[in-house]
Amino acid sequence: MSTTTTQPPGPETGPTEAALRHASLPRYFPTALLASCAAVVAGVLLAFSSFGAILWALLTAASYVVITVTASARVEGGRKATDRFVTSLVYGCFLLAIAPLVSVLWTVLRNGFDRFDGYFLSVSMNGVLPSMDAGGVYHAIVGTLAITGMATLISVPIGVMTAVYLVEYARGRIKRVITFFVDVMTGIPSIVAGLFVVALWMVLFGPGHTNGAAGAISLAVLMIPVVVRSSEEMLRLVPRDLREASYALGVPRWRTITRVVLPTSAAGLTTGIMLAIARVIGETAPLILTAGSSAVSINWNLFDGQMMSLPVFIYSQVRMGGAVNYERAWAAALTLILTVMLLFFLARMIGRAFAPKSAR
Amino acid sequence: MAKRIDVSGLHVYYGDFLAVEDVSMTIEPRSVTAFIGSSGCGKSTFLRTLNRMHEVTPGAYARGKVLLDDLDIYGPDVDPVLVRSEVGMVFQKANPFPTMSIYDNVIAGAKLNNRRMSRSEADDLVEESLRGANLWEEVKDRLHKPGSGLSGGQQQRLCIARATAVKPSVLLMDEPCSALDPISTLAIEDLIHQLKEDYTIVIVTHNMQQAARVSDRTAFFNLAGPGKPGRLIEMGETNQMFTRPEKKETENYITGRFG
Repeated sequence: MSTTTTQPPGPETGPTEAALRHASLPRYFPTALLASCAAVVAGVLLAFSSFGAILWALLTAASYVVITVTASARVEGGRKATDRFVTSLVYGCFLLAIAPLVSVLWTVLRNGFDRFDGYFLSVSMNGVLPSMDAGGVYHAIVGTLAITGMATLISVPIGVMTAVYLVEYARGRIKRVITFFVDVMTGIPSIVAGLFVVALWMVLFGPGHTNGAAGAISLAVLMIPVVVRSSEEMLRLVPRDLREASYALGVPRWRTITRVVLPTSAAGLTTGIMLAIARVIGETAPLILTAGSSAVSINWNLFDGQMMSLPVFIYSQVRMGGAVNYERAWAAALTLILTVMLLFFLARMIGRAFAPKSAR
Repeated sequence: MAKRIDVSGLHVYYGDFLAVEDVSMTIEPRSVTAFIGSSGCGKSTFLRTLNRMHEVTPGAYARGKVLLDDLDIYGPDVDPVLVRSEVGMVFQKANPFPTMSIYDNVIAGAKLNNRRMSRSEADDLVEESLRGANLWEEVKDRLHKPGSGLSGGQQQRLCIARATAVKPSVLLMDEPCSALDPISTLAIEDLIHQLKEDYTIVIVTHNMQQAARVSDRTAFFNLAGPGKPGRLIEMGETNQMFTRPEKKETENYITGRFG
């Protein structure tokens, strides 16, 4: 059969072609096997009347992996069997990773919907006794939006400009020092950020000044390093070519940065900023210290009086411990999650509007 | 419009490292000058010193004189930003601005500098520059589509249109065809032939046929040895350089006998 090497291989046969071919399991095999494994395991468990969802999933997965790998090793050979094993492993890890997420979302949705309605969203707790079947979360939404909004207004310019400085201007030692301190800031526990502002307010205004601005500053302290880090990465992604193209047209550096570098990375910057907001919008500890935890009425003024926020609302309701308090806490948790989702949705829209156009 | 470049005693450094040593040459206006030489011999670095683009790299600087007609672009009160609007540049990789349309890319030089321009002036400039780059017919129906949707060769011509739209007197080209197919290369070479009517053109190329085809004068650069700075070995009329080079080194490089 070695003579065939000298002549061109035929369209159908020839040793080269045979060597490239390989027996393989049919395409429907994994799906069919998974379905039958699930059915058989369910049957066996029901026969022993010990059916449990987790046990069922685990046994199904285990039997599926064992059978697939064995069958694949028999039919397809070692490399394919390893491939199938690792594929199953990766899928398994993925499912394991999203299980808690789905579980949390599901629990919040189920418990939150008891009380989540227009009334709950549109009234405050002003004049409502904790155990009354009334009241809502409007004042906390106001507080969360105001405090997080102000924190964003403070930290985005500082963060983005720091990132621009680090990427476009800073060299050598000063760059290392700034990067180091940004890293240190990333690691500050949120309660420490809260304490810092409490101490600062004590020095500036004396004791007893609890207000939304203090909360916003403590959140800004937490936000700035996140914004710096993510913006830095995004600005680095802008190719040097584009900067040079701009310089070559006689455009000064600052215009190159504001008109070429920032617009090109706008989508990424927005995503980074949204992640930073999502990181701080659920902060509780610094807000309890700085903005107080006993506000019950609507307060839009960041500079006067206590301000409730959604995480602090959840915390204080849970601490009260009654059934209606738990309902409020869950509904507020749902509100918080929906707020974050809404923000992400908005960020996507903004990001898409800025994104470099590549459509033909 | 086109200007003469006179370089004398130019040394180029990256920090402590001397990259190009003691180059003196004259680049004639309304002609094409090609720089050839092996990779890493400093020809691109030298090219980038002609519009002070070199300084964009941290730690890089140059010593010596580069006269643009009578102005020393390394003089103490010269703004590199203004030098670059006088000496345009086209890069190895086509780099249209991804956030801008074809139209906006062409007038990017004016737009980024916030130069006020009426709608009709802008339209005229775009058409003139795109016609000058032999791209008008191909893109006139999609001027407001993104520039990144064009083919590689079209993108490169778009970059040439963008560079000429700021009306420079010199156009530097750093291996403008090295990422293009033969047909696009031909289109760009034709374009270079037309452009030399109005501009002083300097082109770096690895393709010796290209140097022979497009240039009037050729300069050959080489390294004195590994780790040593690059030097200008020889410069002359392209015909003469490719047929009767004066230096043995040049002949070896051109005929492919290397080192």
